[in-house]
Amino acid sequence: MSVTMNKESAPSSTAPAPITNSKGSQPSQFTIWAGRIVLGVIILGLWEFLSGRAFNQFWLSKPSLIIERIGKMAMNGDLWFHVSVTLYESITGLIIGMVGGILIGILVAYSGVFDKWVYPYIMAIYSLPRVSLAPLFIVWFGIGMTSKTMMVVAMVIFVAFYNAYEGIKNIDKDLMDMMDTYKAGRWHKLRWVVLPSITVWILTSLRLNIGMALIGSVIAELVGANRGLGYYITHSSGLLDTTGIFTGLVLIMLIAIILEQFVIQVEKRLLKYR
Amino acid sequence: MTASSPKLEIRDLQVKYNAKDDNSIALDQVNLTIENGEFVSVVGPSGCGKSTLLKVVSGLLQPAAGTVKLDGKPISGIPDEIGMVFQNDALLPWKTIVDNVRLPLEIKGMPRKEQLAEVDRLLEMVGLKGFEHYHPKQLSGGMRKRVALSRTFAYDPEIYLMDEPFGPLDAQTRVKIGEEFLELWERVGKSVLFITHDIEEAIALSDRVVVMSKRPGRIKAEFTIALPRPRPFYEIRFDPLFKEMQKEIWACMSEEG
Repeated sequence: MSVTMNKESAPSSTAPAPITNSKGSQPSQFTIWAGRIVLGVIILGLWEFLSGRAFNQFWLSKPSLIIERIGKMAMNGDLWFHVSVTLYESITGLIIGMVGGILIGILVAYSGVFDKWVYPYIMAIYSLPRVSLAPLFIVWFGIGMTSKTMMVVAMVIFVAFYNAYEGIKNIDKDLMDMMDTYKAGRWHKLRWVVLPSITVWILTSLRLNIGMALIGSVIAELVGANRGLGYYITHSSGLLDTTGIFTGLVLIMLIAIILEQFVIQVEKRLLKYR
Repeated sequence: MTASSPKLEIRDLQVKYNAKDDNSIALDQVNLTIENGEFVSVVGPSGCGKSTLLKVVSGLLQPAAGTVKLDGKPISGIPDEIGMVFQNDALLPWKTIVDNVRLPLEIKGMPRKEQLAEVDRLLEMVGLKGFEHYHPKQLSGGMRKRVALSRTFAYDPEIYLMDEPFGPLDAQTRVKIGEEFLELWERVGKSVLFITHDIEEAIALSDRVVVMSKRPGRIKAEFTIALPRPRPFYEIRFDPLFKEMQKEIWACMSEEG
């Protein structure tokens, strides 16, 4: 049940909730952020207002209770205790999965006929619901953080692979011809053309994968853990503590938004030339 | 390099396009010789295989039959001495102007300091001083073309292969860049194989203009342009000889229908 809830929380990372700093100096930026904040306030306001009036507060909790819970958790140390583990698993898995996926993508894209052999198999594995492997990962890698990190890797590696692969297939042929006529070697082609060309694709996959990484670590924690936001959510649902469940979800969302903002800053720097 | 062999020698060249359903012939029985320091233009209707010819000479495409020799040696792979100028400039959008121009020098392994000195000299020459740290997107079409030309000049090839390099420019810029290029080229005096569909441009630049037929592309006629050098790229168009060449080449091309 909480699995499907997690899935719903992931896409919302692309539409930041009203918490980010608005440094808009241009009117258009201002309009954007003002609109976002107003929308967020309306949604939270409705939730707060209707909870306990239109429906039982037990089902959906309410924002004030969630904020209160986060405050309490921050005070007694539970917040960092759970967030740090989930963050560690997600980021480590994200890095391993991104680097691995990109490397495999580059190698496969340049492997000639081997590319044609393996590509359908990679896509076949991609179509597997990797979530269902979570219990198996615990058998393989133990109950600790390794199994969660590996789950994250399994979630993110395909998107990283696919984007790097497609990026390479979409490199401007004229640029490669140009490099060839200057007799550029592999290293120069990689540094001057291939990597810069696929940077856009890699950053896109990184943004998509932030959500995937959090889903991966939380799902793995749901299956078996004694720390982390996923554990906190299952633990809360065991106690029928709705506020606890929603607090876990809100925290996951906040992490996603913060990480995404970080990627946006990197993007701004790397893609300045456009 | 022996003194007797021409810079570029193409004999009985045939090129096939390996499309899935038909093996159509792109070029057939092409014979062309370019002497050292000679400027040769190829004109012809679009789709006649002009660009294909250039790809074969640059080693990017394998011919089905015939030979291509540079300095008397048959080419295998991409030759060292060719400098390609692409229709769309083929600049690296993520690199600054300096980096774009120094690319061939970097590949050659020239020390960084010398690279920058050479780039400085070239950008000065094409009037792009002060734009070193711009990205290609920030420049106009004419300026980007100058960057692409500087890069090829930096490589300093023995033969320039130019694929409708001034094609995408507007008429005014086209004349201006053509004029600048002619001036720069007259200084280096290397061989050029120039592809264009613009007869006037071809005559104004070239020692010889080659007319190609429709597909499969063959060489239909050759015209020697006996106009004196250095030439004023624009004013030369009012020369009676120019007018006559223009008329003849035009007549030759329009026979194609």
